[in-house]
Amino acid sequence: MRRVVLTVNDVRHELELEPRELLVDVIRDRLGLTGTNIGCDTSSCGACTVLLDGESVKSCTLLGVQADGRSVTTIEGLGNGALHPVQQAFHEHHALQCGYCTPGMVLAAVSLIAAGEATSEAAIREGLEGNLCRCTGYHNIVQAVKTAAGVA
Amino acid sequence: MATIETTGRMIGTSIGRKEDAALLRGRGTFVANLTLPGTVYMALVRSPYAHARIRSVGLDAARSAEGVVAAFGAADLAEDWKGPLPCAWPVTEDIRVPAHYPLASDEARYQGDAVAVVIADTPARARDAAELVEVDYEPLPAVADVEKALEPGAPLVHADLGTNQCYVWKLDSGDVQAAIDSADVVVTRRYYQPRLIPNAIEPRGVLAQVGPTGDVTLWSATQVPHILRFGLQLVLGVPESKIRVIAPDVGGGFGSKLNVYAEEALAVAVARRLRRPVKWLEQRSENYVATIHGRDVVHELTFAATRDGKITAVRSAATCAMGAYLQLVTPGIPLLGAWVYSGPYEIPNYSVTFTGVFTHTTPTDAYRGAGRPEATYVLERTMDALARELGLDPVELRRRNMISSFPHTMASGLTIDAGDYHASLDRLLERLDLDAIRAEQQARRERGEAKQLGVGFSTYNEMCGLAPSRILGAIRYAVGGWDSATIRFQPLGSVQVVTGTSPHGQSHETTWAQIVADQLGVSVDEVEVLHGDTAVSQLGMDTYGSRSLAVGGIALYHASQKVIAKARRIVAHQLEVSEDDLEFANGTFSVKGSPDRSMDIRAVAFQAHAAHNLPDGMEPGLEETATYDPANFSWPGGAHAAVVEVDTETGDARLVRYVAVDDVGRVVNPAIVDGQVHGGVAQGVAAALYEEGAYDEEGNLLTTTMTTYLVPSAAELPSFETDRIETVADNPLGVKGVGETGTIAAAPAVINAVVDALSHLGVTDIQMPATPERVWRAIQEAKQ
Repeated sequence: MRRVVLTVNDVRHELELEPRELLVDVIRDRLGLTGTNIGCDTSSCGACTVLLDGESVKSCTLLGVQADGRSVTTIEGLGNGALHPVQQAFHEHHALQCGYCTPGMVLAAVSLIAAGEATSEAAIREGLEGNLCRCTGYHNIVQAVKTAAGVA
Repeated sequence: MATIETTGRMIGTSIGRKEDAALLRGRGTFVANLTLPGTVYMALVRSPYAHARIRSVGLDAARSAEGVVAAFGAADLAEDWKGPLPCAWPVTEDIRVPAHYPLASDEARYQGDAVAVVIADTPARARDAAELVEVDYEPLPAVADVEKALEPGAPLVHADLGTNQCYVWKLDSGDVQAAIDSADVVVTRRYYQPRLIPNAIEPRGVLAQVGPTGDVTLWSATQVPHILRFGLQLVLGVPESKIRVIAPDVGGGFGSKLNVYAEEALAVAVARRLRRPVKWLEQRSENYVATIHGRDVVHELTFAATRDGKITAVRSAATCAMGAYLQLVTPGIPLLGAWVYSGPYEIPNYSVTFTGVFTHTTPTDAYRGAGRPEATYVLERTMDALARELGLDPVELRRRNMISSFPHTMASGLTIDAGDYHASLDRLLERLDLDAIRAEQQARRERGEAKQLGVGFSTYNEMCGLAPSRILGAIRYAVGGWDSATIRFQPLGSVQVVTGTSPHGQSHETTWAQIVADQLGVSVDEVEVLHGDTAVSQLGMDTYGSRSLAVGGIALYHASQKVIAKARRIVAHQLEVSEDDLEFANGTFSVKGSPDRSMDIRAVAFQAHAAHNLPDGMEPGLEETATYDPANFSWPGGAHAAVVEVDTETGDARLVRYVAVDDVGRVVNPAIVDGQVHGGVAQGVAAALYEEGAYDEEGNLLTTTMTTYLVPSAAELPSFETDRIETVADNPLGVKGVGETGTIAAAPAVINAVVDALSHLGVTDIQMPATPERVWRAIQEAKQ
């Protein structure tokens, strides 16, 4: 077991972690933040995407101990209760159906926009390549991210 | 023609979804997010061989591992099963239905067949201990190819059956052979449609709890809580009255969660033995072998036609993989396409044959479209082949054969109530600007560019809204096709709706509220839609086959009319007027000619519950239930076009434009309908260009992760152009269904486009998916 300090959604947590625990399992099972979903076991689907120090990361690709001393934002920490502009755009553009990929997709989009990389439809499509959605065909997701990013 | 009974106030409006508030904030109730005190976790031991004799199952090492609560092999649980996992669609009298129990005992018959379960205090310990189970397998010869499985001497999946043939089913009308013999032109083409792996982004999962009286509560990521409850009684012997199945938020299904799975029965059986809640979450790699696949069909399709392009007969012979066992509706999937091998065309002579075949593979079952994509693919590909044969434009050939008046009874025997196939094609061509595409294509060809352009069409119809119970009975489906709805006014005027359908992304909470708001004149915010819990919704046939709106939505309409009728009696009684003197509009009953004498329906609800002054003999309360059994299937249709760019040097084919014009009848929420079309088209495009579940000769699945099975991302797809025409289905809301249209139409449009892009090089066929390798090889072969 190793002692780590994680700040998740602005709350500081001191945790005793097994070295093999993935960050996503720490978030879900230790902290009870179940908005971060698991969709695969090969880091392919992106359902578990969170922000690590503001940048999107698939939380199944990191061990919990690797996040020691860092700051994590999950879907529950976005928007402070109100909908974040990306969440609002997803709602307005009907960019979610079953909702399972949605938390990861929203956080990937937040990161893409923050990095200034959501500059065109093509850039948005490339930028979201690591997040799979099976319901929407991505059409409305791309529209929502364009709106949130102010791309015509 | 039906009369449409809507006020137009709420139906037809793209209001935002009620579902979004929770899902956008990460507050979904997916099974993975649910636990109960004392929960233990189940892991399965699965056969690594496609076919093997199970000599012994050694559980001692697993049982003594840290955290392990129990471990069971097939023999340990044999007494728990009162019947096999059900197959609800034995399509012929002489179909061969092998016994299928949750754990394999004598032989493993596909890679992933479960042979033991281990239960531990954490999921990780359960999985670790599952690795310690020592199964002594004797590998046996296997067959994964659906045609090789029928060859003499092929390894048998079920030796006691003496054959791998499961059934032969035929539908014949007219004299197909005579039409072929006398035809000017006969075109025969052969197609293989590979396995598709549904890949709902939420894998399956269950949480089972058994109470002290044997009462069962099962949370499952399922599309079909009611059918699952029924199935659990058959397998476990627990009466349905003591079973509660809850489908919480479910992360997509596409048919793959329309089943009664081994793990659902196992979790309950183990929970009953251990007297503790048992949870199982499918891993993605498990999902690839343990959740049903779709397609895997070889077709030979023949058209007979006149020289001027009138098709006089269609004959289809299909060899359809069942996999190793028959899951819930495995044998019936081809039949769902049996009536659409003439598509939107008038073809007088008709013959369809399906041969179901066992192979040492994961069972097939419903995957989006289920039977209709298979039929539409071979039909629309062969339309293009016939057009080439006749030297006709493929659009013109389609026009010459389209059904042009409705209702239309097809040679296959069913009647299409409404449609306008020419209108959808006209609209498609208006949007497409085909002349410009052809000019660009010609210019690229003349310049000899590496990247060539192609355009492909698919004009389609489909049979959905499953389904009239009498027809289902006639084709040997075990249960009915009706659905139910309850509308319950609470005393202070808010409304609960209970639906028998079970959404998992389809937005019923929003659209059902729109229908109720439209009919009863309340606001959408006053309506809560309850679903997915058999304790709340006692009656229902769940969500699949584009049935929810066309069946469950009509039940809801009828329930609303019953509510209005009862409320009208109460108002007439209290205002002392005759019922005929009352008008009902925008939620208010008023006396004709005296609009100041009125009662709001919410006030009526209070009066109904107070019961101080009701008509003699009337029961208190304002709650009505309706069940609705449709008289016919519903028949969406439309015209789709794909534009692709094919790199002739690398073989890379990319979809650059997609235009879909659909007729799904009356639309309740246009944004939601567009979303269904987008998602359906994406899955059809994926089948055409990217996805293929492949087995090697020994029956090893080669595509076992999202890294080897290419579920497309946003980067592989363009935005889609959608449009609609609207003909009115013969039901009170005029609705048809939309969940499967895109998947049915898209694959042939895309492959027709790829072939079109390369037609000047002599390419006439490419098997899907049109991967760079296949495209490149097709180009090289055409050069020789």
